[in-house]
Amino acid sequence: MIYREAGQFKASYEEDQQIFPIKQDRIVMAALVAAAFFVAPFVASEYWLQAVLTPVLVFALAALGLNILTGYAGQLSLGTGAFMAVGAYATYNFLLRLDGLPFLVGLVLGGLSAAAVGVVFGLPSLRIKGFYLAMATLAAQFFIVWALAKFPWFSNYSSSGIITAQRIEIFGFAFDTPARKYLLTLAIVSLLALVAKNLARTNTGRSWMAVRDMDVAAEVIGIPLMKTKLLAFAVSSFYCGIAGGLYAYTYLGTVEPDGFGLDLSFKILFMIIIGGMGSVLGAFLGAAFILLLPVGLNVLMHTSVGALVPATLASNLELIVFGVLIIFFLIVEPHGLTRLWQIGKEKLRLWPFPH
Amino acid sequence: MKLKKAWLTAVAAATVWGAAGLGTAQAAEQYLGLPSYRVGPYAAGGTGVFGGWIDYMKLINEREGGVNGVKLVWQECETEYNNARGVECYERLKKQGDQQNVLFAPVSTGITFGVFERVPQDKIPLLSIGIGRSDTADGRVFPWVFPMIATYWSQASAIVGYLGQREGGMDKLKGKKIAVLYLDFAPGKEPFPVLDRLAQKWGFTTEKIAVAMPGNEQQAQWLQIRQMRPDYVILLTYGVSNPTALKTAARTGFPAERIVGWWWSGAEEDVVPAGDAAKGFVAGAFNPAGTDFAVIQDIQKLVYAKGQGDMQDPKRVGSTYYNRGVGHGIIYVEALRLAQEKFGKGKPVTGEQMRWALENLKLDEKRLEAIGAKGLMPALALSCADHEGSGRVRFQQWDGTKWVSVSDWIEPDRKLVRSLVEESAAAYAKEKGITPRDCSKEQ
Repeated sequence: MIYREAGQFKASYEEDQQIFPIKQDRIVMAALVAAAFFVAPFVASEYWLQAVLTPVLVFALAALGLNILTGYAGQLSLGTGAFMAVGAYATYNFLLRLDGLPFLVGLVLGGLSAAAVGVVFGLPSLRIKGFYLAMATLAAQFFIVWALAKFPWFSNYSSSGIITAQRIEIFGFAFDTPARKYLLTLAIVSLLALVAKNLARTNTGRSWMAVRDMDVAAEVIGIPLMKTKLLAFAVSSFYCGIAGGLYAYTYLGTVEPDGFGLDLSFKILFMIIIGGMGSVLGAFLGAAFILLLPVGLNVLMHTSVGALVPATLASNLELIVFGVLIIFFLIVEPHGLTRLWQIGKEKLRLWPFPH
Repeated sequence: MKLKKAWLTAVAAATVWGAAGLGTAQAAEQYLGLPSYRVGPYAAGGTGVFGGWIDYMKLINEREGGVNGVKLVWQECETEYNNARGVECYERLKKQGDQQNVLFAPVSTGITFGVFERVPQDKIPLLSIGIGRSDTADGRVFPWVFPMIATYWSQASAIVGYLGQREGGMDKLKGKKIAVLYLDFAPGKEPFPVLDRLAQKWGFTTEKIAVAMPGNEQQAQWLQIRQMRPDYVILLTYGVSNPTALKTAARTGFPAERIVGWWWSGAEEDVVPAGDAAKGFVAGAFNPAGTDFAVIQDIQKLVYAKGQGDMQDPKRVGSTYYNRGVGHGIIYVEALRLAQEKFGKGKPVTGEQMRWALENLKLDEKRLEAIGAKGLMPALALSCADHEGSGRVRFQQWDGTKWVSVSDWIEPDRKLVRSLVEESAAAYAKEKGITPRDCSKEQ
């Protein structure tokens, strides 16, 4: 009843091609973004800003990066954590070694470094596919983390390879409170999400999807495979690199190479599988699901059930419930949370008079 | 219908979560946030240490009705020994009702690194007993961090000191070959600067061999060690990598007697799974195992006899990790007493008052005996400049059924360690623009 597009006529190509062709979607999206920018920083407590919202945004960006590569271009990668590490450490070194470099420039340079590394490790994708490519990116994962720990120059000679983020200052304005860091993260993530959404609808995005669906056919119709695949690696790694920089600067503040291990790569892969491959919304939903569910379960355990069972059992129960929920979702909806959302939308269109 | 129910549950859960931190605290309660880890490859350490700590607080509540009548309450948060989860826990535990958390002890070096820049802003002392950044022992630069009892650097120095004792003199170490097998995580690399300097000073050589986390496969590393034929292996591993190391060593024919571990490989859980392979293995300790201590017996009498103990397996009471947790509890409660003495008895203290108390904490042998913990930990005396307080380590050998002490408390090379601490802390202060405190002006 409320969600119906009857009467919304498209009179021009621009109107027909906008991101949200349905008016209700536009309104909801605008309200959501406005709430995230103008309401959340004032209403949410420090805990929510710092430990819930900021990490969800950072991981959503990383998942978005992986989604470009795996979901759109069909190249399976297990090196996400490593590309994030390159972003974080490159940003740190640029800011450390170039005096007076603005933070945003450092962050973008960090992202570009990650893109360069991504292209190098993307080269094998020209010859190998599927699981074999996953192995090649796995090499990136181990090599980069090893290199960051092995060569002390990267961490400015700290004894354990740990770096602590410098203060963030943009045009003399210090981003030092959780609310400010959250806003900075939100601004960068929304901008990049918008870019990604549009990128997927351009020629580039369509060639990625063509390569994903069948690379031989794509080549036959004139899509240059090398350029397309390497571009996907570059863009994806750029996103992951920026996410890594934000992970270090606006979220944790202190990072070590091991923090960017294989676990992290898998976590991000799970995010896009649960959230939905080849979808921008999926990256956000997946990040929220994977990050917040264990925390929510932990809180629930300590407030209700946890009091009844021994703490050790409660902690193990959390993991069990988390695993069961993942399996449940995959069985109920193998295409991820995004698909659930789409089904919900279809249903809503017919509501309250389904056939 | 089913979906609706699921949604309702989810909404209810979210509401509970949103309301977390709004609970009301009564006036005479002292709140503490405990970032414990009870699952994963390091669960043996986490359940032991936090179990011991909680049991000690239960004992204080049971026996004395709290500290000067202030009841001890706590809230746990599962970190899974994961840095990001740890930071989330730090934020979640920061406030409970109108009480601030007064002490954060993650018992994980990674999480310690993750929060140590946040604690000065939030005014929560960070306690890192036997873990963390070694240079934080310089209290002038790191007023909020307390790497108490002994840091990794002191320990590394003590391990070399112990090897020197075994050889019959430090000069006998000249020309010796020592393999350092470390788990490739932050603390595993922390002892390197001290080992390097000591190697230079005494003329031995070290070869560092990394094991990827979590370290449940070490065949390649031990084959490398066999080719190297070192005189000793220093083992810097934690959790499941400990029994793996010992088992693999036995398989490749390296004698356990010549492997010396640090204090994170010196618990029952680290050697029992290795069976006979662990016999003769020596590890460092800043707290011995055993149930002979009066305080442990009190816990058994007043807590476990009533079925209120935190350990699922009561047999683990008195194990190394458990006693380490009791040590954490003792330091926490003693600092509370001191803070209350200065700032008002019978009242909960704040993070700032706690910080003062930790910095001025003195636990001599007499006091330890009064608590019933003589020998459970070395005597401590902290100051504004020295946040370590002791630095002594003793060594124990596994005889197949229990840990037997094989050395007295071994002093680290204080001059060398302290100069490294000050050097590293000064570099940090310079990088961050911190002016070190002037300790002569502190009271």
